[in-house]
Amino acid sequence: MPSHKRIDVAKVGDVTVVKFVDKKILDEAGIQELGAELFSLVERDNRRSIVLNFDNVDFLSSAALGKLITLDRKVKSAQGRMKMCHIRPEILEVFQITKLNKVFDIRGEEAEAISAF
Amino acid sequence: MANNPPASDTWRLAVDLPSERGSNRCVTDELLAQLGAHGWPEADVFAVHLAVEEAIVNAIVHGNKLDPAKKVHVVCEVSADRVLVSIADEGPGFDPAGIPDCTADDRLEAPGGRGVMLMRSFMTRIEYNPAGNAVVLEKRRPPPES
Repeated sequence: MPSHKRIDVAKVGDVTVVKFVDKKILDEAGIQELGAELFSLVERDNRRSIVLNFDNVDFLSSAALGKLITLDRKVKSAQGRMKMCHIRPEILEVFQITKLNKVFDIRGEEAEAISAF
Repeated sequence: MANNPPASDTWRLAVDLPSERGSNRCVTDELLAQLGAHGWPEADVFAVHLAVEEAIVNAIVHGNKLDPAKKVHVVCEVSADRVLVSIADEGPGFDPAGIPDCTADDRLEAPGGRGVMLMRSFMTRIEYNPAGNAVVLEKRRPPPES
């Protein structure tokens, strides 16, 4: 299992569950690393069913949104599926304002997200 | 750590930041601490954090283009019912009306261009100067009951 700095990765059956290490996702270097680690799940490790669990995340900037959008595109173009869960209300509001809630598959709890594949 | 001030107190800070990524961390942390000390609820603290972070990063990266000879001028005021943050860079400015709508169907999945929309949505008022190189962010809330 390759080591990651910005994410914790677990397998639940066929589903890859990703948790974020940083509570605040805002500094440029960290966001670049985060993006590289997320993209490698699809491009290097061939993960096709991914849940992003935001349980630990208190804050994210618009630069981080860009990485999530790119990841979602990569997963979809590899015929995979990605879901998000455990998003705090203020971050959910960010997704609603930007209408990214129409792009992302957003669920409540992790178990609900996993069982939705 | 900020002390709990009387409701009438206004905290002010004026600082010039170097045009380096992350140079705003100290002022942002102090601003957030002052919001908490003045009784602002968590959701409003998130809103101000997001708007100020986006505006300062825009000033450093897009305004001053990370030029070490240029500064970002930040003035913050926090009271119990109002927060005001002005951010000015030394770049040529831009036209905020010229930013494409990031919620249009053909822009939804664009990787960038959401910062100004988030600032407008999360604050009570945002206003650019005519040159487009300075912005004032304001958030208000009902005064606390006495």
